[in-house]
Order: sequence, then structure tokens, then C-alpha cells
Amino acid sequence: MVGIITIIMSMVLVNNYVLAQFLGICPFLGVSKKLDSAFGMGVAVVFVMVLATAATWPIMQVLNSFEIGYLQTVVFILIIAALVQLVEMMLKKYIPSLHKALGVYLPLITTNCAVLGVCISNIDANYNYIESLFNAFGAGLGFLLAMVLFAGVRQKIEGGKGVPEAFKGVPITLITAAMLSMGFMGFSGLFQ
Amino acid sequence: MLTPILIVVAIGLVAAAMLTLASKVFFVPVDETFAELRAELPGANCGACGYAGCDDYANAMAEDRSLSCSKCPVGGADVAAKLAEILGVEAGSADREVAVVMCYGTDSATKKIMEYEGVKTCVAAKQFFGGLSACPHGCIGLGDCEFACPYNAIKVIDGVAQVDRNACVGCGLCAKACPNSVIRISTEKNKNIVQCRSIEKGGVTRKACTNGCIGCKKCESVCKFDSVHVENNLAFIDPEKCKNCGMCSKVCPTGAIVNMRKPPVKKAAPAKPAAAEAPKAAESPKTETPAPPAS
Repeated sequence: MVGIITIIMSMVLVNNYVLAQFLGICPFLGVSKKLDSAFGMGVAVVFVMVLATAATWPIMQVLNSFEIGYLQTVVFILIIAALVQLVEMMLKKYIPSLHKALGVYLPLITTNCAVLGVCISNIDANYNYIESLFNAFGAGLGFLLAMVLFAGVRQKIEGGKGVPEAFKGVPITLITAAMLSMGFMGFSGLFQ
Repeated sequence: MLTPILIVVAIGLVAAAMLTLASKVFFVPVDETFAELRAELPGANCGACGYAGCDDYANAMAEDRSLSCSKCPVGGADVAAKLAEILGVEAGSADREVAVVMCYGTDSATKKIMEYEGVKTCVAAKQFFGGLSACPHGCIGLGDCEFACPYNAIKVIDGVAQVDRNACVGCGLCAKACPNSVIRISTEKNKNIVQCRSIEKGGVTRKACTNGCIGCKKCESVCKFDSVHVENNLAFIDPEKCKNCGMCSKVCPTGAIVNMRKPPVKKAAPAKPAAAEAPKAAESPKTETPAPPAS
């Protein structure tokens, strides 16, 4: 139990996928203009990460038993893409409002490197099935946290008048991301 | 050798079968009205109606019948009538809309304040200390609007963006692309346009550009229909009240108000290449202004 909590907390704070490991930067910069869409994207990523781990971990055992672990990347991508497609169909049918709110970002999760990253890191870290699921959940939560924090800061910045003319737009966005990342450096060493 | 191939193929097949099954199970019936409406829309996906593309607009109309079916400026009245027929409602009038450039700071009228050698887009230039023009409110003239326009209707001629009113469909992409908000979308029937948006005092405007509005209020006093007003040192023509008589453009000492019916003759800048007039001359072959309506 303690081990699982440690895994989750370390994924959220110390090894945050976006702010400490540079994975999933594209939606982090692209979908963080508005707080609600950033939150929706974060929740969708949590969901897909857990689902993808649930599917890829057993598949990896199959691959290992045939000693063809080198097929990991292509098989994982195939499975993640199929899963996202399935999730999209289900959302369209049962929760059309969420489907509409997520829009094009839902299919974009297919190519989100954070999702593939969590699947592969689960295998590399030799986690068992339960640990893998919680690791994916923690990674998703970390992504969600980073998205929400960043979107909140960005909304404040774009509404205010404090930004110098030359820094407006992309420069201040990247500087903000850098400072947020530096802030998360403070958590390093929290868990061994 | 064969095992990896078989395994990957098997995984692919399972995924395909699962998705095929899912597409049947989670099938969402498409509204027939939507399909019909969508077929009538031009499919330019310009977003000028306020929705994210033609699909979204058709969807919104199919769901809410009270929605106006005349929001598509590309299709205009024809499409609006067809849409109304499908929905069984009255078509509202869709005035044709065109883009209007609120600046006529041609190369001969205004100056550059720097030798700008950065990326040749208006957005980049604007971020670099507010742009290279002497007037911070005017057209930067590097042609972001030109790149944004899918209809070839707006071009930078003589250092300032100019709209071909016949080719323009009023989609508003150029207005979105302009970092200085110089372009707005207006009804095509309004022919008299204030081609300046400098809110500086007359002297400051004049120093930066000889074609700018100096806020002298001559237009305000000459207008018989109470449609022209000067606010913040800038003339504004109320599109509802304007009767296109053209008096304001006649009295304007700097030529900031332009009558689109005839080729603009800028009083302050006599030596100007003829090329600048070309797109506007195409608007109407007539050189004579129609007589202003008697009051």
C-alpha cells in the first residue's frame, strides 16, 4: 500500500511527466489557453493512460514469452491508437457533451508521447500489473496538475497588462513553463 | 521468424474487429436534416458564421430551428434560401459582407521608423516594438492578410492592404490574421469608409501619415443623416444611418474617408502610382458619383 502511494506521489510531484521529464509538451503548450479545456484534456489523458497500461502490460507479457520484446514500440502504438478510437466512439455515444468539449484533442492523445512513455516506463521499471496501473494513474494526475496550473497562470498573464510588448505570445508562455518546471525541481529528492 | 509477424497481424486483426464491432454498437444516427443542410453549405469552413466550420453550423441549425439560416456570408442569399427551405422557415436577409481595411497609409503617405530586417510577417514585426510604421495603429503592410485569404481578395499594394470587393466573401480570416486589428467586416452596401483608425490627436496623426483622420469634424457637420461622428479624434460612420451620399468623403481634407464607388483620389498625396487605384476601380466602372439623394 505504501509502495503504491509512493509511486503515485512520485509520478505527480517528483517525476512529473511534463515538468520534469519533458513528455507530452505538445498538448501542454497547445491546449493550455483555457482552464476548462485544459482540465478536460487532463482528465482524458488520465483515462487513456490507465486504459492503455491495462491493455499493454498483458500484451508485453505475451511478447516476452515469445521473446519478441523488440516489437514493443509498434505494438504499443497500435494498441493505444485502437483504444483511443474506441474511447472516442464510446464518448460520442454516451457523453456527447464531453466529446464535443474535447473535440480534436481526443484523437490527438493517440500521438501523445506521454501515453506511450508511461506504457514503456512501466515495463522498464519491472512493475507488476497493479503497480503499473497506479503508476499510469499517477502520471496522468501529474499531467492534469501541470495542465491546470499552467492554464491558470496563462489565463492570468494574457488577461493582465504586465507583459512587455516584446515578450507577448509564445516567449512569455515558454518562460512561464520554464518557471513552473523550476518550481517542481523543489520536489526532487522527496522520495527515494 | 514467422511468430512475430503472426502476432502483430493477430493484434491488428483483433483491434480492427473490435473497432468494427464498436462502430456498430456505438453507432450514433446522423440527423437527416443535418446531412441535407450540410450539402447546401459551401464547405469553405471559414468560420465566418461564428461556428467551427460548416459541419458545426449545419449541426447547430439542425438542433435549433430558430437559429438564423442566413449566417453564411460565402453562400449569401442563395444558400440562405435553400437552407430555409429545408428547415421550413423564412429566410432572413443576408447582406453581403466584405472586409474593410481601416487604413490607407500608402508608402507615399506615411514613413517607416526602422529598417526592419526580421521575419517578414506583420505578427513578427508587431512584436518587435510595435511594428515598423510611423503610425502604430495602421496597416503594417507585410501581408499576413494576403496569406490568410483563400480567395485572393486582399493584397498589399503600395504598402497598404487593399480589398477587391468583388472577390471578397467576408469570411473574416484576414481580420483575424491582422495583428493590428486594422481589418473589419462590414456590409458591402456601405460605400463610404473611414480608412484610418488612429485615435491620436490631429497633429500627431498628421505627422505620422498624411492620409490619416485628424478629427476636424468637417464630415460630422456636413452629414445630413447624423451618421458621421468624431470620437477620440477619429470619424466613425454609423452603417445603419449612412445613405451613401458621399458628402463626407468629398469634404474630408486628408482623404481619410473614401467613397468606394469611385477610385479614391487622395488630396494629400498627389503623386501616387496608378496601381493603387486598380482594385478599387474594379468595384465600379463608373467614375461619377451618383447624385446624393435629396433630403
